Amino acid sequence: MPCVSNEWELPPELCCRPMPFVALMGLDMIYNAVHRAIWEAFSANRRTDRVPVSFKILPGDHEFPKCRTKRTSYEWYIPKGILKVGWMHKHLNVIPAVAVVFFELDWDEPQWRERQSECSTRVEIVRQSLQGRGTKVAVVLIQKKAPLPPGEDLVASERASTLCAACELSAKALFVLPHTDHIVGYIIRLENAFYELSQGYYHAEARKVKSHKELLNRTTHQLLFVRHQFKIGFFCELKQDTQTALKHYKNAYSHVHELRAYDTNVHEIKTFAGFINYKICRLCFQHNLPLDAISQFRKHVDLCKTKSGSSELAFEHAAWMAKQYSVFGDLFDEAIKLGLTAIQTQHPGFYYQQAAYRAQDRKKMALQLCKPLASVVYPLPDPLETPSGKLDYFGQRPWRQGHQSIDPPDPAREREGILALQLHERAVDHSGLIIPTLSSAVAQFKKYKCPRMKNYLMVQMGEEYYCAKDYTRSLTLFNYVLCEYRVERWWMILTSILSTALKCAFLMAQVQDYITISMELLGRTSTLDDERKSVIQKNLMKVLMNTCPDPEPACDEAAIEVAKRLWKEAASLKTNNMITVEMQNYVPFVECKAAFLQESFSVDSPVKLQLSLRAGCPFPQRYSHLSVTFNNQAYNVSGSCDLSCTTEPPTEGELCLLGGKVQRHDFSFVAETSDTGKAIEIESVRLELGSESGRRLVLHWLGAGGDAASAREAQQVSRSSRRLQHLPSEEPHWDSISIRASTLVQARTPRLTLHVEHDPPALSFELFRLCVCTQSREEQPVSDVQLTISLQPGQDANLSQTTHITLDCNEQCDDSFPAFLHNIPLGNLQPGERMEKDIFVKTTLVGSRIFVISVAYTVTAMVGEGGHHLSCRCQQDETVVIETLQPFDMSVKHFSMKVESMTRIYSDDPFLLQTNILSLSPCPITIARGCFRLQPPMASPDGDPASHLKQVQLQKDEIGSDCCCLQCPPVPDGQSGVAMGTYTIFWKRSSAAPNDPLVTTVLTLPHVIVETIPLYVHAEMPAFGRVREVLPLRFQLHNRTAFVQEVEATVTASDAFMFSGNKLVRLRILAGCEQELLYNLYPLMPGFQALPQLLLRLLHFPGATNEALQRLLPTHIFVKPQARGTNSLTLAAG
Amino acid sequence: MFNVATGGRRRRAFCTMAVCVAVITKENYPLYISNVPAANELKFHYTVHTSLDVVEEKLSAVGKTTSDLRELYLGLLYPTEDYKVYPLMCETHPPSTPPPPPIPIFVGDGMVFRSCPRAHAFESRYGYVANTKVKFVIVIDSSNTSFRDNEIRSMFRKLHTAYTDVMCNPFYTPGDPIQSKTFDDVISSMMQVC
Repeated sequence: MPCVSNEWELPPELCCRPMPFVALMGLDMIYNAVHRAIWEAFSANRRTDRVPVSFKILPGDHEFPKCRTKRTSYEWYIPKGILKVGWMHKHLNVIPAVAVVFFELDWDEPQWRERQSECSTRVEIVRQSLQGRGTKVAVVLIQKKAPLPPGEDLVASERASTLCAACELSAKALFVLPHTDHIVGYIIRLENAFYELSQGYYHAEARKVKSHKELLNRTTHQLLFVRHQFKIGFFCELKQDTQTALKHYKNAYSHVHELRAYDTNVHEIKTFAGFINYKICRLCFQHNLPLDAISQFRKHVDLCKTKSGSSELAFEHAAWMAKQYSVFGDLFDEAIKLGLTAIQTQHPGFYYQQAAYRAQDRKKMALQLCKPLASVVYPLPDPLETPSGKLDYFGQRPWRQGHQSIDPPDPAREREGILALQLHERAVDHSGLIIPTLSSAVAQFKKYKCPRMKNYLMVQMGEEYYCAKDYTRSLTLFNYVLCEYRVERWWMILTSILSTALKCAFLMAQVQDYITISMELLGRTSTLDDERKSVIQKNLMKVLMNTCPDPEPACDEAAIEVAKRLWKEAASLKTNNMITVEMQNYVPFVECKAAFLQESFSVDSPVKLQLSLRAGCPFPQRYSHLSVTFNNQAYNVSGSCDLSCTTEPPTEGELCLLGGKVQRHDFSFVAETSDTGKAIEIESVRLELGSESGRRLVLHWLGAGGDAASAREAQQVSRSSRRLQHLPSEEPHWDSISIRASTLVQARTPRLTLHVEHDPPALSFELFRLCVCTQSREEQPVSDVQLTISLQPGQDANLSQTTHITLDCNEQCDDSFPAFLHNIPLGNLQPGERMEKDIFVKTTLVGSRIFVISVAYTVTAMVGEGGHHLSCRCQQDETVVIETLQPFDMSVKHFSMKVESMTRIYSDDPFLLQTNILSLSPCPITIARGCFRLQPPMASPDGDPASHLKQVQLQKDEIGSDCCCLQCPPVPDGQSGVAMGTYTIFWKRSSAAPNDPLVTTVLTLPHVIVETIPLYVHAEMPAFGRVREVLPLRFQLHNRTAFVQEVEATVTASDAFMFSGNKLVRLRILAGCEQELLYNLYPLMPGFQALPQLLLRLLHFPGATNEALQRLLPTHIFVKPQARGTNSLTLAAG
Repeated sequence: MFNVATGGRRRRAFCTMAVCVAVITKENYPLYISNVPAANELKFHYTVHTSLDVVEEKLSAVGKTTSDLRELYLGLLYPTEDYKVYPLMCETHPPSTPPPPPIPIFVGDGMVFRSCPRAHAFESRYGYVANTKVKFVIVIDSSNTSFRDNEIRSMFRKLHTAYTDVMCNPFYTPGDPIQSKTFDDVISSMMQVC
């Protein structure tokens, strides 16, 4: 068993958490159920809340290893190594801190003496076995009964003290374990007691080691300084005193580097330094001091990296370094799992990364140093073999254990040893070590937001897989990272990865990958030189010819042979000779830009498309087929955009791309009429390389070309201040070609004149005539002419409620008519034919309206020169703005019979109603007639009131008046207004034809206030008077109420008259009766004279105004002068 | 004794020369990378590229808290790095607009990131990021442990000025790789081997 295979693996006893070791003795696990229950209580469910103790069952007569007598002087002692291999194991698992003897004994045991001596014998046996050691011995009595409270059981205390005396135990080391239901509780108390005992033991052990210090000297006992400090540290750790342990480990670490290192012992020093470093870092993390751990580790690496040892075993040093890094990474990671937080610049990934790099160094060195030579045979006897199969001391060479001299004791043996190690190294699977470490690093870098570092490590993983000949995994990893580098445009890195990936694809005969990688390596972003590109292109052509490409440089010979066989197999498979590559995912060597020549095409003209191609490869590249597909499948079926060489051989330079030259192809096709108003988009461009006989490679661009890098390039071009100009003769500059992936198909331009004749403005309620005149200017007869009129969308929504359109002027156009008319068939039109159509619009609200009038028709058109006939629908639109005005305004006035204006009327009192029609229309209107429609109780005293307006023409601002006499009986609520009825006007424009219908406008007459007066006064007198002739004046007072009224009448004096009659009189008028007052006036002056005024006071109606009555009475009279020649005195006052 | 010490330091200060200088755009693609020795170009590309992780992270942190830019020293960039990489970000105009008139540029405006020099590292990366997110990265051979911060800053200032000159060239389209003899000269003066 060679002692090298463990590869710097840390021993498990170093990595575990040291816990006090307690041996449980005398438990019979096989035959005794009680004992087994006790053991299970000790061993099961050891959670963190229980004290850290490691229990182990040993038989009662277990032989512990013999204790060697400790030397009292180190004077002549020369240590052989730093630490024995078994030391940690011994203290963890072999030598107990406490040996516990279990014994079944009850206090009321009848045969007490016999049992007591039996117990003391057992204790004595254990003591004998542990002679010379400080191990504490304790006794546990397993009892059937529950104990009495302390002090009550006198027998028990007495017997306990005798037992202690017999077993030479202190009272503190004797325990009772009643075997009752609460066993776990007792066990926990017991183990706490054992834990305390163990603390004492380890403390004593540590002191014992410490006491040796004075005996050491610095010249010969350097190793012992390290050993002792480490041991103290370890004992402290067993004691669970990690702070002190850390201190001693640190001491040990500084002592280790004080040792003189030379080729023969550097291995041992590094091994042990690694152990101590592990302990320190682990404890630092445990104490939540990550920075201390990191700085310790840095110090460790710095101190040790120069201690590379023998140059023939340089790989060993690299392996050791790798191990240090990865172990620290693990420790760090574990600490993070326990709650530590790491940051982007400090996390375990870095350590795994370094571990991987060191492992790579190791691989390189191993390849250099361990060259396989046929002459070398493994040395015999095996220098790595030791008699025990183990080493005595950590880190020593198996063939010269215990030697601490500078020079190896046997140079020949030394050479054999080194050779054996080298031969072992050769068998190591380095990639198998590197890849998992890189993988751990990748996971960490991903976790701590370092995507680029993660990608870099994945590339390295891929390269390592390539070295390990696992090409599938390698290629998978490369494919994963390639797009990231492509997006970030790091072309040099991309090219480097692609080159390795190409090798993988070649060695696995992965046709698809091989082609895509080659295409990208030939592309414009590749940093390869032309020579290399030529080789790649030749290989690509070979693949398209279905033959095996030339092997990539620097490939493994054996792998090439395998690859060639795979390529042949792939070639024989006929199923996969069609390969499609999605170009937008790569930066390939063929670029494509497709553009429609215009942003829109009319449906009756051919759609033109230009396709530009450019190849970046060194050799001309032939292709066999070029096609464009569109979003409408109809164009794809027709095949008008295919360029194919399948039928005829390609003309020179036609289907061949020259490196760096731009090639253009023009396509044109006729759009479908159903696509009118829609966009035609280029869905994809397909370029086919290769032929049916070999492999067919389809380069597929989604959209109108462009690849992973072209969007960015187009942006750069647009940003450039350089103007790309080119002469017509010159080849166009590639960058100046832009992509236009979609075009709009527009309707054919109509050839039709559309004209709307009308006479603005429109008058509300009028049927306004719009005359739509269309004239065809087409060369062909047009059919299916249809007229549509509607309000233009986007206007006030209320307009559609107040607008009505009809075709027939004779029907009453009311609210049921719509605000639009669709698709009114107008028949066919011959070329040049003119057609008119009247439309009537009635608007009930003033304002301006926009109407859209459109005429659609079908015509057969010719497209292009090919004589392709196309039936298309054209449409001509016209908008008309129509302003609507009010035709006239009506005002109403009331007059009394005296033609005095009144604001209110009086019941039973006839009055006059006058309507004034004010024309507002700019064009003359004719009022055919007017018509009053009275609403009861309003009535006319002379029967049906007639209108006086008949066939009156009104210019703008002229007024036509109508008048009628009305009377209203008393109404109960006359004060709030009484409806009078309506006034209807029948009118039309004066310019309208005689047979045009009249417009009926109904106007509502305003409400009028009707007042009832209690006393009606009527004055009777002649039409005129004459000076000095008697003028009789009679006042009739009529009581219109149902009550008797008292009236006080006064007559005021007047300068123009003398009069006779009552100056002041008080009358009583019965209900509904009349009284007369008679006065004889004697006019004194001629002219229009004021009459004496009659003032009436109604005593029962004090509120009734005199004013209302005055209105009824005449105020003046015309007095003629005295007639000449007549005797004025012939008449006397009667 | 005193003279020997200062002489030694001065010589080492002269050795504080970049092994790689890179200008990276806002979109994180390289405008310019130059390195000595030229043989190891690919490795330097990776070095510069991976250092962008830290720069990006720092930049996103700057957006959140407008703390003092001086506080943005990275401390430890990559603890077991072979190089010291100094990323620097400088201001440029937004990409969509045509080149604006030259802006006076203050190096103090940007942020200097640096890694802590460690005895076992061989080279270190330094960088500077300006308001418009153009990054400058300088990789320094970290066997020179005696470099001073001022030297790094003055190198960046020089680099920044040279970059500004490139941007001022009306025939240069922002976003194109830098091909300028003057710029090359400045860079090669920074990378002189002592």
